Amino acid sequence: MKEILQLLKQNARLSNAELAAMTNRTEDEVAQMIEQMEHDGIIRGYSVILDDELADQDTVSAYIELKVTPKPDCGFEEIARIITAYPEVDSVTLMSGGYDLGLTVKGSNLRDIAAFVAQRLSALDGVLSTATHFVLKHYKEKGILIIEEPDDERSVVS
Amino acid sequence: MISYDQILSKRAMEIKPSGIRRFFDLAETMEGVISLGVGEPDFRTPWTIRSAAINTLERQVIIYGGNAGLLQLRHEIAGFMERRHQLSYDPDHEVIVTVGGSEAVDLTFRSLLNPGDEVLITEPCFVCYAPLVSMADGVPVPLPTRHEDEFRLTADTLRAALHAHPNAKLLVLSYPNNPTGAIMSKEDYLPLAELIRTTNLMVLSDEIYSELTYGTKHCSIATLEGMQERTVVVNGFSKAFAMTGWRLGWMAGPAPIIQQALKIHQYGIMCAPMISQRAAIEALTNCDNEVERMAEEYDHRRRYMLRRFHEMGLTCFPPAGAFYLFPCIASTGMDAETFCETLLKEEKVAVVPGTAFGDSGKEHVRISYAYSLKHLTEAADRMERFIKRHNTNSRE
Repeated sequence: MKEILQLLKQNARLSNAELAAMTNRTEDEVAQMIEQMEHDGIIRGYSVILDDELADQDTVSAYIELKVTPKPDCGFEEIARIITAYPEVDSVTLMSGGYDLGLTVKGSNLRDIAAFVAQRLSALDGVLSTATHFVLKHYKEKGILIIEEPDDERSVVS
Repeated sequence: MISYDQILSKRAMEIKPSGIRRFFDLAETMEGVISLGVGEPDFRTPWTIRSAAINTLERQVIIYGGNAGLLQLRHEIAGFMERRHQLSYDPDHEVIVTVGGSEAVDLTFRSLLNPGDEVLITEPCFVCYAPLVSMADGVPVPLPTRHEDEFRLTADTLRAALHAHPNAKLLVLSYPNNPTGAIMSKEDYLPLAELIRTTNLMVLSDEIYSELTYGTKHCSIATLEGMQERTVVVNGFSKAFAMTGWRLGWMAGPAPIIQQALKIHQYGIMCAPMISQRAAIEALTNCDNEVERMAEEYDHRRRYMLRRFHEMGLTCFPPAGAFYLFPCIASTGMDAETFCETLLKEEKVAVVPGTAFGDSGKEHVRISYAYSLKHLTEAADRMERFIKRHNTNSRE
């Protein structure tokens, strides 16, 4: 199972036939394993990793640190769930250390994101403070390079 | 003016340039070539090994070390061979740290051969053995293996060779094999060992790919009864630990042979590079899981490429070692050289003709899968186009 997941993490578009060949299983076995992992919620979905600059020049991303007052009955759960519902929000994580929730947010320009932070996030009940960091350049995401791969310096034939 | 033809070593001049090299020169002249030609890992040397080298540079004086190599490293090498191959060597008298496996191969020939001694070389094989035998005044005798036997050396082949060359001094085995990816199991070695024990034949076992076997563990011929005293085992760090440029290997064998080899090594080399030696201690003590991780990834690629070649309709036995496939290209009607040159020209894919590794490779090409899956996919797509086109041509 781990083997299949590792391969899918590198390239989720590998076909079942390819995965089967690579892991010495039948296609049916692979299909069944993936289905099981989807059913169990281990696999939550399949996405694509983009070079935003090439895909859409009008995308701006920001990383936002959020300090929040936890609720006595449910801690950070409630506010985290509320935040996940905003379409601008790409990811939400609960953090240890200097702040509580870490968000990545996408918008079409700086003003969009500023407005989202000022009007939506800050206004949420329990939010104590926000710190917004704009992303300047992506180098690597989910183990995949967004920059050019380094040249293969080996000889063509050796 | 000096006429160099008159003064150069005749033996050196008689050595033919490597068949790999010739093909490399051709590929170099072309743009946009995608290669399946390399004989070295695409992985970076594991970080802890690099870090050990950096520490050495920062904290140690880099001076000559003992000729045989750092004692601690020789102990680790003996430990590695014990742990992974069930072989027991005395690090004080039976191990030398060398500049790559290649130097160990050279030292073995020079320690054992007298002028005219015949050396049986199992082919197809890496390109260095025959030239180095010649330079050591020996006579290389090719010992072809066959696709039908999955390129293993059979007792019949060896028996016939011993009959024709009863005084042969040395047998060269290199399993897991470059270029075929073939391995030899204990069962395969048993009849060979039985035969060898009745003779004075010595064995050079080049086990540089020992850690890259798939679905089965490496077996050294030296583990078979009575074989350790007749065998020099060569191994190194290049393939298992992705350390090709560090130039570090070793030879392990009977003390009397090691004693002679050490003299040659002492005068010719002094000692293997000290930074690499210190890093290699880290490799042998803490990197078994890195070795496994890389082997697992090679295995995925191996299976992927095998499937692709089967789909293309090329016959290819499933190799269980190293990082090569050795498909038969006879169905295209081309010989290996023509196949490679045409493939390079038409689809810009560089693979190595089997003939570079001996005549027995004339219907095969060597495919290296020491590349990312993305790279392999693109190369396989191009080859598929090529094969389709040429299979159609041959039918018309």
